[in-house]
Amino acid sequence: MLAELMVAENIAFYLIAVMMVGAALRVVTTKNIVHAALYLVLVLSGVAALYILLAAEFIAITQVLVYIGAIVVLFLFGIMLTRAPVGELEDSDNEQRIVGVSIAVLLGGVMCFVLWKAYRFTDASQFDFSGPNVVQTTNQVANSVFSTYLVPFEAISVLLLAALIGAVVLARRD
Amino acid sequence: MYLNQFLMLAAAIFCIGVYGVLVRRNGIMVLMSVELILNAVNINLVAFGAFRHDITGQVFALFVIAIAAAEVGVGLALVMMLYRNSRSIDVDDIDLMKG
Repeated sequence: MLAELMVAENIAFYLIAVMMVGAALRVVTTKNIVHAALYLVLVLSGVAALYILLAAEFIAITQVLVYIGAIVVLFLFGIMLTRAPVGELEDSDNEQRIVGVSIAVLLGGVMCFVLWKAYRFTDASQFDFSGPNVVQTTNQVANSVFSTYLVPFEAISVLLLAALIGAVVLARRD
Repeated sequence: MYLNQFLMLAAAIFCIGVYGVLVRRNGIMVLMSVELILNAVNINLVAFGAFRHDITGQVFALFVIAIAAAEVGVGLALVMMLYRNSRSIDVDDIDLMKG
């Protein structure tokens, strides 16, 4: 039986993937810190687009709201409050570039090899768009969070409270 | 769309984040690379959840997003304190405890 080709989804995936990898490379190589924050916005919106491709609607919206809407704004505030220089920094990388590249390439090679061996590109591992419950709705997420994963949810709330208090105490001008 | 496509993309972004953490000198750029790593993990979780039709992947990714937000808040507060004390956020200059 021939599996579906899913042309549109594959084209969308590869376009988003190329954009994300390019933007991620620019995040770690650019000398301008504000540009790095803006390339990070590209990566984060690419991740949200991938979530939409996977029919995970709630987390796509949460990603845009929390990551792009709050965390990147926090980064920009931090850049502003630490008086980052306008334009390029001369010394944005330390001397370990070659070691860093070799470690990253080695790690990537090992991970991709393991993934190739485990989850090959066979028809059995294609995304199944034909079932009735392909979209994972907010309803399901809420049912899961508030019944099965209630204790981690409460723990995350306490963690966020502790982080908030900690950040305020640390940043006070006393 | 194969599962491996998403996993390999997440592995690539993870490795780019690892390179960023190792090489960058500015504290805020290191935090941005950590955000890349966390997003790669999230892609993995949501991809597995979608392909196995299990909602747990999304729930776990939600928790990771919440933890990342808390970590960025505290991390930036630390960077600001560093800046206040020494006027520089170069992580190579934090060597007060060096022998």
